[in-house]
Amino acid sequence: MYNTSYGFRIVTIIKERIKMNLQIEDKGAAVLLLVEEDRLDAHNSGDLKNQMLKLFEEGKHNLVVDLQAVRFVDSSGLGALVSGFKNASSRNGNLKLAGLQLQVKSMFELTRLHRVFEIYTDSGEALASFQQ
Amino acid sequence: MTTDRIAVDIKVPNQTRYLCLIGHIGENIAHTLRNYSGDREKLAYDLNLVLTEGMANAILHANQGDPAKEVHIEISIVKNNLFIKVFDFGQGFDVEQYIKPSHPLDDHGRGVYLMHTIMDEVTYRQTKTGHVLEMRKIL
Repeated sequence: MYNTSYGFRIVTIIKERIKMNLQIEDKGAAVLLLVEEDRLDAHNSGDLKNQMLKLFEEGKHNLVVDLQAVRFVDSSGLGALVSGFKNASSRNGNLKLAGLQLQVKSMFELTRLHRVFEIYTDSGEALASFQQ
Repeated sequence: MTTDRIAVDIKVPNQTRYLCLIGHIGENIAHTLRNYSGDREKLAYDLNLVLTEGMANAILHANQGDPAKEVHIEISIVKNNLFIKVFDFGQGFDVEQYIKPSHPLDDHGRGVYLMHTIMDEVTYRQTKTGHVLEMRKIL
């Protein structure tokens, strides 16, 4: 972990031994997970789930998952996010979502998960909501 | 209504890295259909999704993640009906218990529920070599 000139701390950038391109940044009030993938599916959703579990074990209980790059999500991807949400809630934290593309948002509506998650237009809004 | 007659037959190793390949075939079919009057982008996402869900179930549950096995997928369009068959070569899994909508926070069951919601017919039956998930959508 090191400080950058932009005023945030980069916890880790995951590039090794996992299938997912995922950038993780500690923003103070919450940790931002930027999913840099076209798809969040049964091939890579386990990586997201495991990285969130690591953060919970490190005491990071407030997460923002930014899905702006994700064009497609399947039931496994939804399941990983639900798992993260339940783990955060059980630790008195929260997992909020940001940057959902239209068809990805439709998946949350189809499965009624839009009533479960707080969904923000972008990660800036989601992070700000943790500071209120 | 579409006037296309399409038949795609593909076998891939029993590995999740191939979900993207099969899903994209579904998307490309939706984008290529002639005379389709519905929401083409929605159809593309839906075909990508049901192929991904059907194949993931075959890989992870029916074939139990065995990389030596394979998954066989057939996609065809006949007289305004789009058919998808996903053949596995394993012990199968219990589809029926997941047909009803799951609670939003349940860990399992969303995939089967989504396939039933999107497609007009979904069945799962035993074959001589394993099982086949059959889906039909009226275009």
